[in-house]
Parts: sequence; structure tokens; C-alpha cells
Amino acid sequence: MMRLTRRYRFSALHRLLAPHLSEGANRALYGKCSNPHGHGHDYLLEVSVRGPVDAASGRVADARALDRLVEEQVLAAFDHQDLNAAMAAVPTTENLALDIRGRLLRSWSSAFRGEWPRLDGVRLGETPRNIIEIKETP
Amino acid sequence: MFITRQAEFSAGRVCRSTALSDEQNRALYGPAANPHGHGHNFVFEVTLEGEPDPDTGMVFDLKKLKEIIEREVVGPMDHRFLNQEVPPFDHVIPTTENLAREIWRRIQRHFGGGRVRLHAVRLYETGDLFVDYSGEAG
Repeated sequence: MMRLTRRYRFSALHRLLAPHLSEGANRALYGKCSNPHGHGHDYLLEVSVRGPVDAASGRVADARALDRLVEEQVLAAFDHQDLNAAMAAVPTTENLALDIRGRLLRSWSSAFRGEWPRLDGVRLGETPRNIIEIKETP
Repeated sequence: MFITRQAEFSAGRVCRSTALSDEQNRALYGPAANPHGHGHNFVFEVTLEGEPDPDTGMVFDLKKLKEIIEREVVGPMDHRFLNQEVPPFDHVIPTTENLAREIWRRIQRHFGGGRVRLHAVRLYETGDLFVDYSGEAG
């Protein structure tokens, strides 16, 4: 098995706001991330795929097919967007990573037609010091 | 405990299959199939797994690991055209996946049966694309 990882970047605006909580409770929960006018981040996204190395091509995946999938399903939806408008859930890094994972899995078979490669994981950095990782079960 | 050492070599390569036409190679590998070749500064990480030796406090002597990496990988591959100068890439397509596997094979033979084992090889084709390999079972 080989794992291939590709890094992507996008920038977006968000405000952490749980709709069932008061302004005061949101402020207590999320601190400055709940400031009313929102703020932005340069997100760093790593998408990992895994599979056997194809004997004929010597590759585990077509990185350009992965690029197209991520561009169409993730970057087009989130780059330079307001995440509160683009997502149903509170746009924490956790929920954004889950949303990205869901988008990739829903369109996976249009990018990769065979049994392999499979999604191995999604790693999303809101800043270089705040990183969420979701690993798929092998 | 895991211990990782990083190293780098710069090399030329061409990714094309003799079983395919020019057009098919271009469709499969993109610009990497250009017949005159292209190059990368390949950065790689070798990760060993083991417990610190009670006498030395070290998992493995990093000077020795550096020598192994130098002798097996950097020496033979740095500033070489892989397809023409570094077996097995005269008949194995030097994709980043196959290159990671070859680095694994060359390092692995120094860690058979000891108390330290080779855990993984990570090979960066660019800062935004890398593969991880931990053997066929990994």
C-alpha cells in the first residue's frame, strides 16, 4: 500500500456562532472567533489517498484527477467564500473538515472509477498551529 | 518511539511507459512524460521505530543512519538522470511511488531482524505532493 498526499490552499471568512446559544454564551464559548463581523483564514488542506501501486503506470493515483475533484468539490465551494453561508453547520475547523470529507466521498466515484485509490484522510489547518485530521478506517 | 531523518537529492527523470503511445503517455503522465525529461529536488524522510537502547539512550545511531542514506540513496541518485543511470529505473518507471519503494528497499536491507525497524519512507516530489510507503503490508 502506498499513500499519496496533495496539499491545497484556500482562504475563507467565518464566524463561530451556535444558533441555539445567546450572544453572551457564544462569546464565552468561542471567544474572539465569535466576533460579529467575522474574520478569515488561509486554510491548508491535505488530502491523502491510498492504494496499491498500479503495475503498468507505477502510480497509486492520478494526482491530476485528485486535483480536479478537490477543485470542483471543495475549492470552488469554499475559496474566498463566507463559510457561514456555504455550510449548514457551525463553521469550526472540525465541521469544515467533515464537510470536505463528505464532499470528496460523494463525488469519489466520478474521479476514480476502480476499487482503488481510496480516501485515506483529510487534514485541515486553520492556521499552522490549529490542525484537524480525519483518518479513514482502512 | 519513532525517529526521522531527512535528506535530499536532485535528479532527472522521465515518466513514460514503453507499452503506450506518445499520446497515451501524455494523457497518463502529463508533462512528466516529456521525452527529454524533467527534474525535482526530491526531499525524503526515513523513519525508524524502536526503543532507546538502555546504554546509549538512542533508538539508532543517527550518524550511521546518515551514512546508510548517503551510501544507498543520495550518493547513487543525486544529480543523476534516473532512467539512464540508476537501476532499476532503466526498466521501472521512476514515478514518485516507485522511487519511494526503491528508497525503502535500499534502506530496509540494513534493518533486518534487529531491535530497530524501518517504519516509513516519505518522499516529496514537491512541497505540495508526497507519498508515504511502509512496505507492502503497511
